[in-house]
Amino acid sequence: MGIAVEKELGAFRGEEMVLNIGPQHPSTHGVLRLKVHTDGEIITKIIPYIGYLHRCFEKHCENLTYEQAIPFTDRCDYIGSMNNNFGYAVAVEQLMEIKVPEKVEFMRVIVAEMNRISSHLLALGTFGLDVGAFTPFLYCFRDRERILDLFEMLCGARLLYNYIWVGGVSHDFPVGWVEKTYDFLDYFEPKINEYNELLTYNKIFIERSADIGVIPSDIAVSYGVTGPNLRGSGIRWDLRKDDPYSIYDRFDFDIPIGTGAMGSVGDCWDRYYVRVRELEECIKIIRQALDGMPRDGDVHATLPKKIRPKSGHVYSRTESPRGDLGYYIVSDGSDIPSRLKLRSPAFTALSCLDEIARGWMISDVIAILGSLDIVLGEIDR
Amino acid sequence: MDFVGIVESINAKFGKDFASIDEEVSEETVRITPEQWGQLAPFLREEPELFFDAMMCITGIDEGEDSENLAVVYNLHSMKHNHKLEVYVSTLKNDPKVPSVEQIWRIADWFEREVFDMYGIEFDGHRDLRRILLPSDWEGFPLRKDYEFPETWHGIVVNKMKEGWE
Repeated sequence: MGIAVEKELGAFRGEEMVLNIGPQHPSTHGVLRLKVHTDGEIITKIIPYIGYLHRCFEKHCENLTYEQAIPFTDRCDYIGSMNNNFGYAVAVEQLMEIKVPEKVEFMRVIVAEMNRISSHLLALGTFGLDVGAFTPFLYCFRDRERILDLFEMLCGARLLYNYIWVGGVSHDFPVGWVEKTYDFLDYFEPKINEYNELLTYNKIFIERSADIGVIPSDIAVSYGVTGPNLRGSGIRWDLRKDDPYSIYDRFDFDIPIGTGAMGSVGDCWDRYYVRVRELEECIKIIRQALDGMPRDGDVHATLPKKIRPKSGHVYSRTESPRGDLGYYIVSDGSDIPSRLKLRSPAFTALSCLDEIARGWMISDVIAILGSLDIVLGEIDR
Repeated sequence: MDFVGIVESINAKFGKDFASIDEEVSEETVRITPEQWGQLAPFLREEPELFFDAMMCITGIDEGEDSENLAVVYNLHSMKHNHKLEVYVSTLKNDPKVPSVEQIWRIADWFEREVFDMYGIEFDGHRDLRRILLPSDWEGFPLRKDYEFPETWHGIVVNKMKEGWE
């Protein structure tokens, strides 16, 4: 539609106007500044300016020991902290060749998938908020709150957990936690239908998101777009299945992809709906993991006294709620990493904004940005 | 394709000593010069048997205060064949220049800007090479090992980083 409108208005092309969105704007999901070049209402170019939340994560890590870097990874993607801890732990364990106990693997998968649910709920809610639906946001936060309560019971923190350590986890599950998690799943599973009725099949919402901001699959791959955004473009690619880490190869779950049910493949609605369907898959994984988890075992059994990997390097990636989360770690044999690079999925997703938003209206840019589910903490690090 | 196969097909195209495996550093890394990278990158992307269509990560590295080299590490992945490759391109600290691959993998646009921002490595052929995370008037390249922290920035006192943590 966007390109057609542009052609139609071609003869009346007016003067270019530059509009500044952000850095303080609720729909930019943090502190992101967009310089939008417009022709009337139609976007001709977008230049994102990032770095407002730059906290020198990589520089700090070169002065911290390996253990001390874990709380910093929490703060990179503060919506999916467990997944960030998980990725870091997997990378350092690969470097040190640690094999953690079976029970720890299950526990990690459970908390990571719980965090994926809470992250997706936030993404769905705020996407609705961006396109003008306020109520679903409250429903999503109501359920997200329960997960945060469970995490609070688990490790005391509600947002920045520092839970998954290199070689183990910080605490065993408290008494009654597993039962409470079962209760939560029983409660949560029917709620997905509620979101569908409220938002997914809402006529106004479909009008705002279907056929808008299509990412063709080749563009998505070239821009390194990963996670639900890539799957929304119809590519069945998920690290948990295609390059399994930890024990993900033992679980039975599907990878939902965008089908273009409401418009065309890779539009905002597809990206949104992939996240909704992933909620169901997360529930499946958590149930299997809770059932299969060994009940006894020491979660600190393989915790190294001192983390001092032999010199070498590793690039390891895991599937965070936003996509491929990569850590490139260079060790020089000391207890401080000589280089630690975080490849964040939101960074790559944002970089394609200019490409996909051209030709659309300003209000569509807000919808596209919301559907990409970016977290600025992770982009700026 | 496994790593040895990938190296063989690279060497079959460019000559037998083009890509060497340095087993001391890593068994899975190809180490080359910036000039070689300019030739190799389009080949890796286009060759149907290799077809590295996804750039996973680009990392800048300072090899240490004693070394004269900076390096750029490219982690490539093929969605079609599901194989990976790591390419290690080292360049001189006093004249760091590496050919840009921004037009081959579009994500390299921002990744290369980030490496430039942090290490000052110039990417030849990049169409929009400017700082990305730091303010445009920032001086120096913070992730170099010999970087000295400024005392003030626009009149704001910059806190000194502590020497070691208690």
